[in-house]
Amino acid sequence: MTPPERAPRPPHDARDAWARLRRAGRPALSRSNLLAMLLAASLGFAIIAQVRQTSVQGLDTLREDELVRIFADVDQDGERLGDEVRDLQTSLELLESQTTGEKEAERAAQQRLDALRILAGTAPAAGPGIVLTIDDPTGAIDAPTLLDAVQELRDAGAEAMQVNDVRIVADTWFADASGGISVSGSQIRPPYVVTAIGDSNTLAGAMQIVGGVTATARQKGAEATVDIRTRVVVDALLSVSTPQYARPVPTTTS
Amino acid sequence: MIPAVGLALGIIVGLLLQPAVPVWLQPYLPIAVIAALDAVFGAVRAILDGIFSDKVFVVSFLSNVVVAAFIVFLGDKLGVGTQLSTGVVVVLGVRIFSNVASIRRHLFDA
Repeated sequence: MTPPERAPRPPHDARDAWARLRRAGRPALSRSNLLAMLLAASLGFAIIAQVRQTSVQGLDTLREDELVRIFADVDQDGERLGDEVRDLQTSLELLESQTTGEKEAERAAQQRLDALRILAGTAPAAGPGIVLTIDDPTGAIDAPTLLDAVQELRDAGAEAMQVNDVRIVADTWFADASGGISVSGSQIRPPYVVTAIGDSNTLAGAMQIVGGVTATARQKGAEATVDIRTRVVVDALLSVSTPQYARPVPTTTS
Repeated sequence: MIPAVGLALGIIVGLLLQPAVPVWLQPYLPIAVIAALDAVFGAVRAILDGIFSDKVFVVSFLSNVVVAAFIVFLGDKLGVGTQLSTGVVVVLGVRIFSNVASIRRHLFDA
């Protein structure tokens, strides 16, 4: 297969061409040669000018339709970004409200936990209250008397109590024991010191009513004193045992 | 040789002066440069073909530049400036390529 005939060209080889180029390159100061040089110089100048112009080109050199296109692009970008901002704002608000809800639920749960721990006697508690001291040198105070005192304090709104170093909770029991009283199995001896947190005046009043705890103690030959304080600490703790039989009934409301 | 010196001179002067293109010239200069380049490559090819003439080079150079600028100007007035500029660049680019191909054949026989 022969290559297609090229356009007719003068009979010469590459050497001829180079020679011709050299010959053309010989300096010849004709008028048109100078003119050609001038043109070439202006071309070089123009190329550099254009290159510099292109590299520093800003918006002010663009054509109207290019500007319109850029403007439309910017417009579109702006709308797209605005949409994005709105979306993100929405999710931010959503997340914030969720976080707030979670925090509130957590706080409520924490409050509930604190209340329950104080009720169950697993957390120490402090606050205004009274210290009831029953000095019983003759051993005349028995378990029912102490239980009466505790019930009286509960009636008066005591929120946390301890006798000597035993916390008093819902299932605390009292029994007589030799040389003292057994409180939930712990042996305590006189003087009995009952610490109760609550409205201190109400509690003190409950102790001193006619036929109340102080009167009964005095009758039995013991000495009961009530000390009102702005801050008492109930720091005797109990450990909670998991109920063996009782199970919570699921609430229907939730 | 003299025109090559002129080109180098122009580039050097341009680098030294750091010219700013006047606003009225800005749409036309790129096209004019391309057209001039086309004329230059055409001239080299003509030299190798043995048919080079100074006069033809000067006239073709100037007419190329003027016509290219005029086409762009006309395109701008007709509202198709961008498209026409692209068209002119394409045509001149094709011509430059074919000239360079011819030069290559002359000089390297390939």
